[in-house]
Amino acid sequence: MTTTVAPVPATAPDLIPGVWPPAAPEFVPGAPPPAPLWADTWRGIAKENPVLVQMLGMCPTMAVTNVLANGIAMGVATMFVLVGSGLCVSLLRKYIAHEVRITSYILIIATFVTLADLILAASFPEISKALGPFIPLIVANCLLLGRAEAFAAKVGPVRAVADGMGMGIGFTLSLAAMSAVRELLGRGSLLGFDILGARWEPWVFMVLPAGGFFTLGLLLITVAWIDELRRKRRMVAAK
Amino acid sequence: MSPHAHHGPPSAPSANAVTPPATAKAPEVSSWKLLATLAIGGAAAGLLVVAVYKATLPTIERYAAAKEAGAVREVLKAPARWDTLYLQKGALTKSPTAGDDRKGLPKAYVGFDASGKRLGAAVTAQEPGFQEEVLLMIGFEPSSGALIGFKVLDEKETPGLGDKIERDTSFGAQFPGRIAPLKGVRTRNTTDPSQVQTITGATISSRAVIRIINHAVERWQPLLLAYEKGGAQ
Repeated sequence: MTTTVAPVPATAPDLIPGVWPPAAPEFVPGAPPPAPLWADTWRGIAKENPVLVQMLGMCPTMAVTNVLANGIAMGVATMFVLVGSGLCVSLLRKYIAHEVRITSYILIIATFVTLADLILAASFPEISKALGPFIPLIVANCLLLGRAEAFAAKVGPVRAVADGMGMGIGFTLSLAAMSAVRELLGRGSLLGFDILGARWEPWVFMVLPAGGFFTLGLLLITVAWIDELRRKRRMVAAK
Repeated sequence: MSPHAHHGPPSAPSANAVTPPATAKAPEVSSWKLLATLAIGGAAAGLLVVAVYKATLPTIERYAAAKEAGAVREVLKAPARWDTLYLQKGALTKSPTAGDDRKGLPKAYVGFDASGKRLGAAVTAQEPGFQEEVLLMIGFEPSSGALIGFKVLDEKETPGLGDKIERDTSFGAQFPGRIAPLKGVRTRNTTDPSQVQTITGATISSRAVIRIINHAVERWQPLLLAYEKGGAQ
């Protein structure tokens, strides 16, 4: 949050009746500009994609994307925490004192991560085992605290949920793209189904950590290249 | 708790913005209020987590029990029934004395076929592999030390190399009938019943499996024989 001028207590009497404190609209310093809900959601999927643009959550992006099922499960678990914590932070934003906001956000995020961990262990034990410590580590994903502080704490609950959904979908899509490439080349399969057949010699390299960096690099180059092409086309069109 | 405590007036004033009077000072939020916020938040979060933990625990435990039973069935080659023995005070017993937590005691499963003939015993053992601890369930015949089979319950070995101890069926297929203590060798040898061929590219993981099996047999064989001698009341 940017620095603010002297805050005024809510209980402050009308110092200058009708003029001060200012009534509606509610003003929050650094609040995102008003936008339609689809734009709040679309932002996370494309324009501010957590992995491909914001470069947040790199640890799970590298660690769990060796098979497609893990990538999708990690994405969905993160989306659950994003939406849940976004909603809570937004609903409680007026009751959380500025001084303890980060602590409170972490508390909310950690609660949702624990819930996600338990629910996953009870409903998808195999995936839960494969993801191991990386589900609890969602707490430390900068994406969660980033969205809570930069967005959810400054807007209403509906916009916060829309943003959480968008960021969650964007994160899931990026992880799915990475893990699909890595599983296909590294194991010759997708979601465990053999795709490339017995004659395919798996590139073991792709399911090892180095393959993660390699795939992410290729993905980022592709995104930057498409971006560049579109910019050039726009410039040509402008002339 | 003070709502709006941090909401200031516009920092980028519009044309008709009003400057607050000099008397409007930044309020000090009392430490007690901050403490209360976190205490209430922490208590609510704790209650929620405990509630979900209690709700999911039976499912998680049922899954773990089913997985263990499946592993016993696999390493003892489908026994008709099995007894669970608990290791308490250095000896195996069917019914551990009360007071001890049953779940925390090391266990051995003795399997029997339909006619009541003993097939062998299954035990779990865990030791470091190449990267992390490898957890195995091992089935063997206590009197001869002959292996019936083993199953990897948990491993975090290198994908594509070390994890072949779990995926490579021709590696696992060597073990039934071999007599512990085992020795890992590079070439296939069918005459010596103590030799097992290690996996190319996963020598350390293969040797870890062999070491874990040897240690488990060494530890459990005398216990199981003593239990049997005791009449298996």
